[in-house]
Amino acid sequence: MRTVYLDNNATTQPAPAVIEAMLPFFREHWGNPSSMHAFGGRVKKYVETARAQVAALIGAEPAEILFTSGGTESDNMAIRGAVEAFGGRAHVITSRVEHPAVLEPCRWLAGQGHALTEIDVDSEGQLNLAQLRGALGEGRCVASIMWANNETGVVFPIDEIAAMVKASGGVLHTDAVQAAGKLPIDVRRTPVDMLSLSGHKLHAPKGVGAVYIRKGAKVLPLMLGGHQEGGKRGGTENVPYIVGLGKACELALGRLAGEASATAALRDRLEAGLLRTCPDARVNGDRANRLPNTTNISFQYIEGESILYHLSDAGICASSGSACTSGSLEPSHVIRAMGVPFTAAHGSIRFSLSRYNTDGDIDHVLATLPGIVEKLRRMSPFVRAPAGGR
Amino acid sequence: MWDYSDKVMDHFRNPRNVGVIPDPDGVGEVGSLACGDALKLTFKLDANGRIADAKFQTFGCASAIASSSALTEMIKGMTLDAAAKVTNQEIADYLGGLPEQKMHCSVMGREALEAAIENHRTGGRAKRILEGKVVCHCFGVTEEEIERVVRENRLTTVEQVTNYCKAGGGCGKCKPDIEAIIARVRLELEKRTASAAAALRPKLTNLQRIKLIEETLEREIRPALRKDGGDIELIDVSGSSVQVALRGMCTHCQSAKVTLKDVVEARLREYVEAGIVVEEAPE
Repeated sequence: MRTVYLDNNATTQPAPAVIEAMLPFFREHWGNPSSMHAFGGRVKKYVETARAQVAALIGAEPAEILFTSGGTESDNMAIRGAVEAFGGRAHVITSRVEHPAVLEPCRWLAGQGHALTEIDVDSEGQLNLAQLRGALGEGRCVASIMWANNETGVVFPIDEIAAMVKASGGVLHTDAVQAAGKLPIDVRRTPVDMLSLSGHKLHAPKGVGAVYIRKGAKVLPLMLGGHQEGGKRGGTENVPYIVGLGKACELALGRLAGEASATAALRDRLEAGLLRTCPDARVNGDRANRLPNTTNISFQYIEGESILYHLSDAGICASSGSACTSGSLEPSHVIRAMGVPFTAAHGSIRFSLSRYNTDGDIDHVLATLPGIVEKLRRMSPFVRAPAGGR
Repeated sequence: MWDYSDKVMDHFRNPRNVGVIPDPDGVGEVGSLACGDALKLTFKLDANGRIADAKFQTFGCASAIASSSALTEMIKGMTLDAAAKVTNQEIADYLGGLPEQKMHCSVMGREALEAAIENHRTGGRAKRILEGKVVCHCFGVTEEEIERVVRENRLTTVEQVTNYCKAGGGCGKCKPDIEAIIARVRLELEKRTASAAAALRPKLTNLQRIKLIEETLEREIRPALRKDGGDIELIDVSGSSVQVALRGMCTHCQSAKVTLKDVVEARLREYVEAGIVVEEAPE
């Protein structure tokens, strides 16, 4: 059966060129880059090449890039490391719609006696900037505000946010795990102090990521016991994966503009098609400021897990913010923070595309999903009058 | 993905008896859009008072749809007295089991069936209404409902209660109340089994008693305490008097102290000797 993969905000297919670039570092160049012999030592230059490739994607200096195990570690390291370096009680500011890899460390810090403010979003998922401004007025802070949301794709006005935080004298981290490789990022223009990105969201494998730490920004290490990465992140370098991440960043930078518009065109066709063929469907999130690859659509009066299982039977991979799929009993915190009505919250489906999707993929979803929605609605006690007649 | 049985997937993909019976003999509705699942059950009786037909409408996940479909299949042909005795576990068993976190789907089936039978017998409201003390305000679950799932399914942890009836799955503020209900129901259950078991058991030597107490603490008490970073230590046994001390996180926990005597004593009475009295060792 044909697989139509539309869950790229969860993970992406590693690019063939990335895998090719990695293989020699399993087979031949498996030395330790810290070694004092040529066999190991020559590996170091490939790590440094990768560092430059990652830096280039976001307009950073190579020395400002540290390799990590992925987005979660990057987020933890930036937030907890910055608060530890802060000295004394810090005011931590974040948004209600962050990924748990940001929200949980922030809430943990609150439990350790630091102050925490979580900024609201509006019904479009956009950050309440007035509230942020108010919170920034309460003294120097460590803020972590995402570049783009993983569930809705909503992009925050990060330039404006960075300017506000900088003006207040605070430190700003941004979780750019979903933005990196999909949107142009230039830390010379956007004055964030720290930025997280993850390999497997941009066609590198799982288990590798990076954190950008602006030169001069103070961050204490989480991992002790190694001189690697300038003593900021101990542990022998995961060379094959670092090389893979570098290659993936290089590919992403090279095709950024063209890929974004091609993906957005497919996404828009999918979205328009579903809204046209499925009654009582609505898009969640600010459509004017959104990742090019993401759409989050609620099918009212039916439940997300049921939709996903039927889609899966048809070979279509997507995800949902419904309670049953979030592993808890309530819909996703992002959907709830936006105040999406209950009629729609449990039936939200996220489609996230990539460079590998085709018109045929979209055709397959458009031919399949309306029937699933109708089948489930026919079964739902909340649908009184049949829509469109049957 | 959830580890659903083939039977769950079959009933999800090909649900039996979807719809509403016109002019039904009983209607039962439970759940809501806010809760994330809901079920409307209707049935029609034959001339002998047996369920001739049953239909459902469900808003919910794959296992909610499968549980509803299974329920309608199970009750067809039953008398109302027999149907009233269907338990949530029987619905789960019919489906070859449900993931623990999805047991509430089977409970929803049982509740809808009860509401429909009640509606037939008394002409009462088809929609289940909350009666009694509401413990979980997020999901509108009453003390009585929690007691019932604990009793019928022999639940021991708050997490299980959440899996079975959603209580505690929202803001979590009611978790201490749920814990108290579990302790109370278990105590009541254990008193019953303890008195039955004690009559059969031979008298123990002191060494046997100590060994049995230590085994019982290890098996029945410590796992739950350790989950919260605590522990319990056996200090002394003198006849039927048993001294224990709480360790780690439990030392500071008021709820641990309150439940210590009741729960530990009940377990020891059940598994060791009926006359055991538990005391906290002086510090």
